[in-house]
Amino acid sequence: MTIKTKKGDVGEWLYSKKVKQHFFNPVKFMKESEEKKFKADGIGQVGSSACGDVMKFWIKVDKSGKKIIDCRWRTYGCGSAIASTSVLAEMLTEKGGMTIEKALKIKPQDISNRLDGLPAIKVHCSVLGDQALRKAIEDYKKSSK
Amino acid sequence: MKNIYLDNAATTKIRKEVLAEMLPFFDEKFGNPSSFHSSGKVAKDAVEVAREKIAKILNCRTHEIIFTGGGTESDNLAILGIARANKEQGRHIITSKIEHPAVLEVCKELEKEGFEITYLPVGKNGIVKLDELKKALRKDTVLVSIMYANNEIGTIQPIREAAKIIRDNSKKKDTGVPYFHTDACQAAGALDLDIQKLGVDMLTLNGSKIYGPKGVGALFVKKGTKLQPLIFGGGQESGLRGGTENVPAIIGLAKALELAQAEKDNTRLIDLRDYFIKELLDKIRRAELNGDAKLRLPNNINISIPRVEGEAMVLYLDSKGIYCSTGSACSSNSLKPSHVLLAIGRSNEMAHNSLRFTLGRDTKKSDLDYVVEALPGIVKKLTEISSL
Repeated sequence: MTIKTKKGDVGEWLYSKKVKQHFFNPVKFMKESEEKKFKADGIGQVGSSACGDVMKFWIKVDKSGKKIIDCRWRTYGCGSAIASTSVLAEMLTEKGGMTIEKALKIKPQDISNRLDGLPAIKVHCSVLGDQALRKAIEDYKKSSK
Repeated sequence: MKNIYLDNAATTKIRKEVLAEMLPFFDEKFGNPSSFHSSGKVAKDAVEVAREKIAKILNCRTHEIIFTGGGTESDNLAILGIARANKEQGRHIITSKIEHPAVLEVCKELEKEGFEITYLPVGKNGIVKLDELKKALRKDTVLVSIMYANNEIGTIQPIREAAKIIRDNSKKKDTGVPYFHTDACQAAGALDLDIQKLGVDMLTLNGSKIYGPKGVGALFVKKGTKLQPLIFGGGQESGLRGGTENVPAIIGLAKALELAQAEKDNTRLIDLRDYFIKELLDKIRRAELNGDAKLRLPNNINISIPRVEGEAMVLYLDSKGIYCSTGSACSSNSLKPSHVLLAIGRSNEMAHNSLRFTLGRDTKKSDLDYVVEALPGIVKKLTEISSL
């Protein structure tokens, strides 16, 4: 019998399989070599190193100005912080991208659900990706005016 | 998969010899020490033998040893017990900023009850500043509680010197107060526990850090110390701790302490520790050691690494079969990074970025070489992802 104490606490590891997958094999993080080439349309950063989590998001928007077609991120933080930014990048870019309208509606809970749950304390402190994304969108809107 | 356990300050694996001594007391010798028949007598005698063993190591009287449900309970009993029994003498307590939560949280509770607590600062090396102790002592100080060795950074505190300061700079000679308590849970496997030399009135021990069982502790309480119990019941443990004795665990604690003190592994561990520290600081750029390099427990290594958060490193190390811990908030329930690392002057970031490795009896040099090989790659990967 496996004892499941709280959501996101799965089996022998502290997080879900999905978190594990994104934590050990993160997708779409900004490699040093591609930073200059990427030419982001918007950049956003949230968090502070004092609190233990800092997330930075780069987005690329299509010509219509309505759809995010690519993104990159970097995260300083714990396992769920890294996994939640990685999975957010996956959500944004799958199926050819996501409209800005839809992207602005992403909530921490959506990210957590996509990871098959996180321990409650982690949702509050480590899922900041949606805020970093929002800042990147704001940055894009400002600079495209 | 490797299985390299470097978290012996969290808890240790029980020794086979300890377990073997405990086992009969679960079944054939199951009696209650308070019973007036032969079955009870067997259990009672065994508890008294355990008490004698511990008293011998501490160089104290047998009835000065009180068995409890663990290190946390012993600390609670010492602090709350003194505070509540000696209120009329004063409501001031001195402790340090780097104590275990089992001490700090009790002090916070006492603040709510109207006590004033002085938290002594430590230097960058993680050693309590004794001149501050001298300054902090007041006429209404009833208790000083300073740990023997720190659980996070392993720094060894000057207990004998503190005891002397308390004797020389207070009204202790006339009134008995302030009492002096030390938490020796982390020290018990490596340091001298002779209370005559240490000069303490109370000393906390537990089983789980010395290859003994969890859920059992002891408190040395010097004869004549005025202490109020926390747990009332059938008058066990000289009335200071009600409840039927946890006989197997008490026997395990005594055996574990006896073995730990008789077979101190300090020379070997210090060599391993210093080798490991040197290798880590050599191989990981800008890594820093937390706490004094020499005045620390033989088995403690605590480092901080810029730009990489501790929990993430712990999880990556875990995936390689290496078990250690961190002072990062992410691994606690408090959302705050280690109070110990902040007290020695580390930034919040460097406190989040800490790793603690605590060596044990089974640790081999090849285990440490494996860590030294694995960690730089992990740091490199997490640094690449890091937004700092």
